[in-house]
Formats: sequence, C-alpha cells, structure tokens
Amino acid sequence: MQPFAYSKATTQDSALQSLAAAGGNMAIAGGTDILDLMKLGICTPARLIDINGLSLDAIDTTAGGATIGALARLNDVAHHAQIQKRFGAVSQALLASASAQIRNMATVGGNLMQRTRCPYFRETAFPCNKRTPNSGCSARDGINRGSSILGGSASCVAVHPSDLAVALVALGASIAIAGSNGNRSVLVEDFYVLPGDTPHIETVLRTDELIVAVSVPKSAAAAHSIYLKVRDRASFEFSLVSVAAALELDGKLIRSARIALGGVAPRPWRSLDAERVLVGKPAAQKSFAAAADALLDGATALRLNGFKIGMAKNAIGRALATLAGIA
Amino acid sequence: MTTRHDIPPNAVRALRGYRAGSLKSADSAQQHITVDAPGDTYPVKLTVNGQPAALMLDSRVTLLDALRDHLSLTGTKKGCDHGQCGACTVLLGDRRIKSCMTLAVMHNNQEVTTIEGLAKSGNLSRLQKAFIQHDAFQCGFCTAGQLMSATGLLNEVKKPSTDQIRELMSGNLCRCGAYPQIVAAILDASS
Repeated sequence: MQPFAYSKATTQDSALQSLAAAGGNMAIAGGTDILDLMKLGICTPARLIDINGLSLDAIDTTAGGATIGALARLNDVAHHAQIQKRFGAVSQALLASASAQIRNMATVGGNLMQRTRCPYFRETAFPCNKRTPNSGCSARDGINRGSSILGGSASCVAVHPSDLAVALVALGASIAIAGSNGNRSVLVEDFYVLPGDTPHIETVLRTDELIVAVSVPKSAAAAHSIYLKVRDRASFEFSLVSVAAALELDGKLIRSARIALGGVAPRPWRSLDAERVLVGKPAAQKSFAAAADALLDGATALRLNGFKIGMAKNAIGRALATLAGIA
Repeated sequence: MTTRHDIPPNAVRALRGYRAGSLKSADSAQQHITVDAPGDTYPVKLTVNGQPAALMLDSRVTLLDALRDHLSLTGTKKGCDHGQCGACTVLLGDRRIKSCMTLAVMHNNQEVTTIEGLAKSGNLSRLQKAFIQHDAFQCGFCTAGQLMSATGLLNEVKKPSTDQIRELMSGNLCRCGAYPQIVAAILDASS
C-alpha cells in the first residue's frame, strides 16, 4: 500500500474542506472497498479523511418515506423494521450483499461508491480503460462471463456491483450530496453515468462532494417490493443477474410497476417501456414476459455472457410472479 | 477415558490468552514496524480483550496487523487479507468485523475482542466448548475467525436456525470443509 496521511473529520464542513484541497484526498468510512483497492495499488490517495465521526448514520422513517444516513451500516438498515416492512427490496438487497462481517462495517454511501468487480479492473497486470484511461479493455475479448449485456461500450463492459443501488433505482430513491459549493439531490438512476469513452468516470459525484443521505419515497409499490439475486453460490457472492421489482396491484390488474436490473450493466438498468407495458395489464406471466423483453431490448452478448439475457428474463418473470402471488 | 474431545490443560492455558503486561509499549512496538517506505505514524489507543494498549502506528497498519504484529496476538489469522475468507474476524464492541479491511488508526479508543479474549478465567466459552465437542475444525487455521464470527452471530440472533447459521456464517471459509460440524456446534451452543 502506498503511504498516505490520515485525518479524522469532526465536522461535515471540515471534511468537505479537506476533500476540496488539492492533492488527491479521499473519504473513508467502512473502508471495505477502498482499502481493498489501496492494497491492490488501484487507489492511491494522498490523504484519507475518516468521516466516521460525522453524525450521518440515522435512519428516519417518520415522514413516510425513508431517509437513510450515508454512514448507516448495511446490517442496521437491512434489519430496520420499517425498512423491512415498507421498502422490502432495500432490506432484501442489503441482506444479499457481502457477508455479515462486511455488512457490519460497510456504509450506505460507500456501497453506492464501490468499484466494479471486473477481474481485469482489479488485476493491475492487465490493461483496463477504467483503471488506466486509454490502456484498452481486456474484458471485451477476454473472460467476460460477468460482463455487461446492456449499456457497455467499446471502452468498457464492466458491471456495477451494488445490490442496494438496484433496489434504490427501482424505488425511485435519490441521493443527498453535500459539497463545498452547495448541496444538491440526484436521483440514484441519474447518479451513475454510462462508460462511453470515459469509463473511469462512473458517477456525477465530484471529488469535493460527499454523499450524506439516501431518500426513498414511500409508495404502495415500495411496500410490495422484492429483490431477487441470482449468483454462482447461495451466499457471499456478487450477482450474475438481479432484479428489484415493485408492484402496486388493483385486484388482478397492475396499477403501477417499477423494475431495475443488476449485474447486467454499468449501472442499475431501468426501462420506462418495460414498466409502461405492465400498467393496466393482468398480473400474469404473459405480461411479465412482455416487460422482460422490453427491459432486455438491445441486450448484446459477448463471447461468454450470453446466458445472462435468458437468465435476466427468467429472473424478471420469477420476481414479478412472486409479488403477484403466482410463483 | 480421555478422548480428543476432552480439553487438555495446556490448551486451556493457551486459550486463556495473554496476561496483563504482555502488551508492548509504544516504544517497543515501533521496532516491529517494517515497511518499505514508512508513512506518517499516529498514536492509537485500543482496548483489546479488556487490556489497554497504546501504539504508534503507520497509517497503513490494518487492525489485523496491529493485533498480530504490534500486540503479538497471533490467534487472529491473516488468510486472504482482502475480506474474503473471514480468518481475521474480531469483535469491535459486540459486532463482528473483518480486521484486515479496516485501519487500526480508525479505531482509536475503541474496544476489540479477539480469540485470546473469549475464554474467561480459564473457562472456555460455550462456543469454544461446542467447537471441540463437535470436532468443528481440522487444520484449525480458520477456527479463530469461525469462533469470533459465531460469537458475533449469537449477538445478532439469539436462536438461529440451521439455515440462518449457514447464511450468516458465509463470510467464513473453511478449506477443510468442516462446515457441517461448525453449523452443529453453533446450533448446540445457541440452544
């Protein structure tokens, strides 16, 4: 690991000042991803700003929606009774994330900022445009079983690893951002940017900004939501394909629907067309299949990841059928 | 008749852990720092198994390396050093964490419990006894992490089912494949 200076921020303002200072300062909270990247030599901050002392770990559900502090630990959010009851997909996505030890350490903000698990990004012996711009993409013609089928580019076919982000996109959540030049709020689905020619740029967060909270609006659909994760082993593994879905039913008819896919694209993947084809339709496999086709529209397979297209369609069908009580 | 399930007296002594005074002072601990290009050092106070420790540490020293290399508490094992195997599991307060994936300097004034702190007054914990009774290990490398993780699990869920144990212990790998015995031991200790 490269040497770095360390300081503990006591106020949000001092943390933002440190982040805005020149020289490559970065925030650390749970540390479970950034330290891994530092040990691998992929991330080399000049100074780590420890933000664990900031009061940003509250989970507030009193106003109907949920506001989750950026420093809330994944296990605490996952086991929060109101989150489980009214935002089921969020709790389920977190419980399907990492291992219990890591869920005790990792934070909501850090989870949203984690880097891809593409093996070529994490192995510095290989070219990777995301790690070293313009060095090439080893995954496109390499071992690309885990790579994206949607949203990738000639430069990068990495997928985003977060389960939480997928659930948050499905439920229409937004991210509260504090910066030395002011605060702003961004929808989670607008937070991540597609790789294009600049895969090293992954989010709209600037280096002098900090995620301070995530807000999830309440809805009938959010209270009837699910997270289904398909992976190579039953626990402690990143997804091959995942589905976050929320359905508001009116008898056997679908009144509203929200769906996002994980494991298939550089960001949680949502399609307005897929949600539109469900509205007013019976909650039945035929409707779900039409939504799955719309969500996977434009999906392209690389040499080893073609299975993800069918797997994603099947997972969408199963997730929606489970919500409709016909699985 | 003595069987391997009985606890040998010397094992009890070993599991009892270090005694007061065995913690190194900041001065002697510094001699253990072996880094290619030393970075900045920081004062770090920890309470480990109820014992205070004051160290001067390079910012890069993980909590795991602080325990092993600076406090000579080598019961906590370094397996993958990337948060994947669970051998380094310790308790921070009453919560289980992976000590390889956090920096010691981030835990100033916090309480850590390691495998050396599980036995009280020479008496093994219920989980430790259950691991012995159920033969829940072969080579033993993962055992400290398994025990600390299981201790943390029972802080989270008092009466876990077999399925819950399997799911909630997934952060601890055992290359010998003692999983059925580990699950049985945790189930036994929680009943």
